[in-house]
Amino acid sequence: MSGPRAGVPLIEAEDVAMHFRVGSALSALVGGRPALVRAVDGVSLTLMRGESVGLLGESGCGKTTMGRLLLRLLRPSAGRIRFDGEDIAALSGAGLRRFRARAQMIFQNPFEALNPRFTIAAALAEPLENAGIPRAEWAGRIERAMELVRLPDPGQFLARRPHQLSGGQLQRVVMARALLLDPDFVVADEPVSMLDVSVRAGVLNVFREVRARLGLTAIYISHDLALVRYVCERTVVMYLGRVVEDGPTEAMIEDPLHPYTRALVAAVPTPDPDQSHAPLPIGRGAPDARNPPSGCRFRDRCPLAHDRCAAEAPRPTRIGARTVYCHLHG
Amino acid sequence: MTETILDIRDLAIAYRVAQGEMRAVDGASLAVPAGTITGLVGESGCGKTTLARALTRVMPGNARLAGGQALFAGRDLMTLPEAEMNRLRWREIAFVPQSAMNSLDPVYRVGTQLREVLVGRGGMDRRRARARAEELFGMVGIEPRRLGDYPHQFSGGMRQRVAIALALALGPRLVIADEPVTALDVIVQRQILDQLLELQKGLGLSVILVTHDISVVAYVCDRVAVMYAGQVVEAGDVRTVLTRPAHPYTMGLCNAFPHLDGARGVLTPIEGAPPDLLAPPPGCRFAPRCPFAVDACRRQAPPVQAIGGTHLAACHRIAEAEALRARAARVETWAAMAETVA
Repeated sequence: MSGPRAGVPLIEAEDVAMHFRVGSALSALVGGRPALVRAVDGVSLTLMRGESVGLLGESGCGKTTMGRLLLRLLRPSAGRIRFDGEDIAALSGAGLRRFRARAQMIFQNPFEALNPRFTIAAALAEPLENAGIPRAEWAGRIERAMELVRLPDPGQFLARRPHQLSGGQLQRVVMARALLLDPDFVVADEPVSMLDVSVRAGVLNVFREVRARLGLTAIYISHDLALVRYVCERTVVMYLGRVVEDGPTEAMIEDPLHPYTRALVAAVPTPDPDQSHAPLPIGRGAPDARNPPSGCRFRDRCPLAHDRCAAEAPRPTRIGARTVYCHLHG
Repeated sequence: MTETILDIRDLAIAYRVAQGEMRAVDGASLAVPAGTITGLVGESGCGKTTLARALTRVMPGNARLAGGQALFAGRDLMTLPEAEMNRLRWREIAFVPQSAMNSLDPVYRVGTQLREVLVGRGGMDRRRARARAEELFGMVGIEPRRLGDYPHQFSGGMRQRVAIALALALGPRLVIADEPVTALDVIVQRQILDQLLELQKGLGLSVILVTHDISVVAYVCDRVAVMYAGQVVEAGDVRTVLTRPAHPYTMGLCNAFPHLDGARGVLTPIEGAPPDLLAPPPGCRFAPRCPFAVDACRRQAPPVQAIGGTHLAACHRIAEAEALRARAARVETWAAMAETVA
């Protein structure tokens, strides 16, 4: 999407890290050391205005944490995040409230994102009230947001409670809620993973359409490249808290550069009965963020790893429009 | 002609709920050929899990058999005395649940749980049970030393492998797996499916794989049955059903799925939602969402008809399937339904 101000960065994350200390008080009592989980460990990422970027990776790769950091739902252990030029860590008071209105989250599970005791109208009024929007504007804003997510005839939905809506309708309400305050930036965390296939398509179409109409800058978090491809021109692949590849989605699917991206592309399920059953080019085992390997974090599952991969972490290498973090290319 | 290991005939399972009786499965028929993987695919609430659970006769207290049969090697599982049924469980028919956490007790080591099945159910002595447990772990690709670990020490994918090992403990002929890879990441999902395929071929198992994901069906299944609103609306070999679907619901499902191949185009949703099973519509249950529905569809339930070979579908317009497929491939066809169902 090339909005009126394309080419201007909206979000600049520089060497961002988020380390969590885990381990129970009980284990500390008996002398256990709390482990340090490096959920995000040195991620740099710039999003241009109007750009839609997929954050792709397996559970535990840090994609959800990264999304939360960009919305300042978490404060990074290190590094800096600028939104429209301002360091979001420094925001407070009115400045923080303004940021909160401009940067919104679309939650994964529509069945949990809305309070079951609130009517849809109440659920939609809440953020408006919190943001101090004059009451006179509420009805207009709600109507516009509902129209954007293609829930025509809002009157039909507003008096209902969440259990009276289908999953697809609920997810559209969740999306409408994120749009009420005219955000510039939305983070959608696996927004269709709880939905059936036949309604998924509708929600994805709405997401794509809304993003284009409003010129939104968006992050779409998922483990499914086929979904990311559908809504994002650019994809950032994460593995164990770090970026491994970043570039145009189509190019990445056609010719994945990083061995991990290669495995991810090969693993994407397709409805074609004649698809390849070749073993995935990746070692078994689950990545462990408490104890990541030295050097390249993917090396213990990488079929192409060599000595250098254990010795040093790969630096970013530009190849065309793509950036890859791998010694095979560096 | 391959042997049919399981022949489900006109099965109906009803739940008693506050508002009345709801038939989650309502006249479903399906033949499962021995030594194959048969996919049971459909969306939430279509009855696929109820059907799968009913085959083990482990059902919630408010569920009852409301009709039909499920013949396993000629014996009706639905009316078998409980003692007989209990003898079949694990030994002949085993179940792999969606979340392995549901089949594993968090407070016992997985080896203990595995041996409990081998000794308690299989009547093995301790020594044989230990050897068999190690063998089973080897079969599902886990190091035998991990038999001493607790369920929480395994990743989601590894736990699912443990659940598969547990199901295979006593060498069943039929394995029913309910969404065995749904909660897993794509890479782990693929590795578990590869393992399942290898075991199925190696052991000559018959598998019923319940899933909402047609790509999982395309990857592992030989045959597939598509369920909608409690009924099997289409069945056949996977290639035929997925490439030449005869039921408009199957056509819609195939179109709604995002691919990596081909154009990025617009995905086509099936507008509307499945019917309320407390008051299903007369006639074809998909008619309210079907862009091809004609008057007959709204009046009369379509019978299941053979199209060729083992390909079956329940649609009044089955003779026009080819023309309908061409129309179903167009976004406008389905978009036109948006107002009708709203």
